[in-house]
Amino acid sequence: MTKTYGKTKILTGLNITIEDGQFVVLIGPSGCGKTTTLKTVNRLIEPDSGEILIDGKNIMETDKVELRRRIGYVIQQIGLFPNMTVAQNVCVVPRLLKYPKERCNEIVEKMLSLVHMEQYADKYPSELSGGQQQRIGVLRALAASPPIVLMDEPFGALDPVTRESLQDEIKDLQKKLGKTILFVTHDMSEALKLADLILFMDAGQIIQAASPEEMLENPANDLVRSFLGKQLAESNVPLKVEHYLRTNIRTVQKNRGILECAEKMARSNVDTLIVVDEDKRYAGTVSIADIHKWKQDLRSIEPLVRQTMMTVRIGEDARTCIDHLIETGENYVVVLNEDDTVAGIITKTSIARAVAENLWGDA
Amino acid sequence: MAALLATYGALLWRAIWVHLAYVAGAVAAGFVMGLLLGVLLSRVPRISGVLIPLLSVFQTIPGLVFIGLLFLWLGMQPATVLIALSIYAMFPILKNTYAGILGVDERYLEAARGCGMSAFQQLTRVELPLAMPMILAGVRMAAVYTVSWAVLAAMIGLGGLGDFVYQGTSSNNNTLILLGAIPAAVLAVVIGSAIDILARRITPRGLQGGTKL
Repeated sequence: MTKTYGKTKILTGLNITIEDGQFVVLIGPSGCGKTTTLKTVNRLIEPDSGEILIDGKNIMETDKVELRRRIGYVIQQIGLFPNMTVAQNVCVVPRLLKYPKERCNEIVEKMLSLVHMEQYADKYPSELSGGQQQRIGVLRALAASPPIVLMDEPFGALDPVTRESLQDEIKDLQKKLGKTILFVTHDMSEALKLADLILFMDAGQIIQAASPEEMLENPANDLVRSFLGKQLAESNVPLKVEHYLRTNIRTVQKNRGILECAEKMARSNVDTLIVVDEDKRYAGTVSIADIHKWKQDLRSIEPLVRQTMMTVRIGEDARTCIDHLIETGENYVVVLNEDDTVAGIITKTSIARAVAENLWGDA
Repeated sequence: MAALLATYGALLWRAIWVHLAYVAGAVAAGFVMGLLLGVLLSRVPRISGVLIPLLSVFQTIPGLVFIGLLFLWLGMQPATVLIALSIYAMFPILKNTYAGILGVDERYLEAARGCGMSAFQQLTRVELPLAMPMILAGVRMAAVYTVSWAVLAAMIGLGGLGDFVYQGTSSNNNTLILLGAIPAAVLAVVIGSAIDILARRITPRGLQGGTKL
């Protein structure tokens, strides 16, 4: 499926190709032209210039009414016809297409079973909850099995819990039925959850067209980044050790005296110290227990230095450190730079702090 | 009472039927015209914004004057009365049809277009059904008014319950006035209730209970 079109007042030089079976989400600030773009596809709005091709065929050459019957359409305000029952609403398009009655009934049954609402067939929209209404709204769009479905902020008016479950359902349906879906939203988490391809729009132009992963990793500009803002933190929990690092640590050179070390530990209220050599490279750790045991016999800590602490390099996956800390009950993992100098340590507290910052920002 | 009925019973019965025929004919014709014009005007709301207030001015011309004018033109025949009553019956239906269609929420129209309804399908499947409660309210108003306006038919000697009222006033006979007035009042109430029941029957459950248009 290709759609290309040129300049309108609100849309400038859009040019994008959408593959069959893709879940495409249009997102952007209000007034960016995302809804306009959507509505040009079923000709509720017609572009001043340019063309939209579906399967290589220019939609301007198709009859408007015919075109719309072959494209599903779901709107934010749901818009179920209040004078029709649920079954009649679901069957609006098949009836417009003059399907025989038995086929319409089959479709209604099949559609309602998709969302487990068979028992609601003879109810009126006003007798349903908002979430149920929009489920029927989606079914109405799907009833005549259109290959393409347009959705204009369909879940925007629903409460968060209902929205989540409808998102799951629509993603499920899309995969099951292999539809191409164009979906407008201003909610980035919704976009990230549903999309195969996100089209980020601003001022009538596509700023970035990318998969959710790609967009998270490489936002095209600050606007995209700010939209990603909260979601970035939530869904892209950093995985590298440096994100969990505690850097204000005390080290001691390995030729220092035992008493000096003991005093340093007491002062900073720790029971081990990280030992480095003359070039500040990591040498090991020394524990208060060893110092108490040997302080009569030794002057320098050098013989007491052990290399039993787990060490990792900057840039490695933090998960193994976290697992290690949890499994062994050790207090920390030592993180080394490329040149073997000490970058910092990872403790359970530093992990907790990093996670908290990700969730709630730098509070 | 028995004597009264013996004297006037047959006449009264006939008058009621004539009256009913006027009402039924006028409301039916008014309904067709009002619905058609209301729909047409709703297609061009910009023009209607000017036209409808003008029509309302016309509506304020007293029925008596209008029937008199038509009488001069068409002479004494039932058509004169029917035309006058039909035009008066048309106004509330026209206005309510227009307002009802314009009051249909944009989201239903967008949904209808998005589903691939043609303009005509959109009108018959969405706009008119949604405006129906309001249109029926207009019909009710028209019917109840027409019952009282039809009394004027007697003015040009064309029967109905007005005959009794007319004769009563000219001969100073209160019984005759009441004999015309009471059935007319009862007729208005009965017709109003009948339309209410009908409206409730044909309005889908989904549109009842104050559903927003």
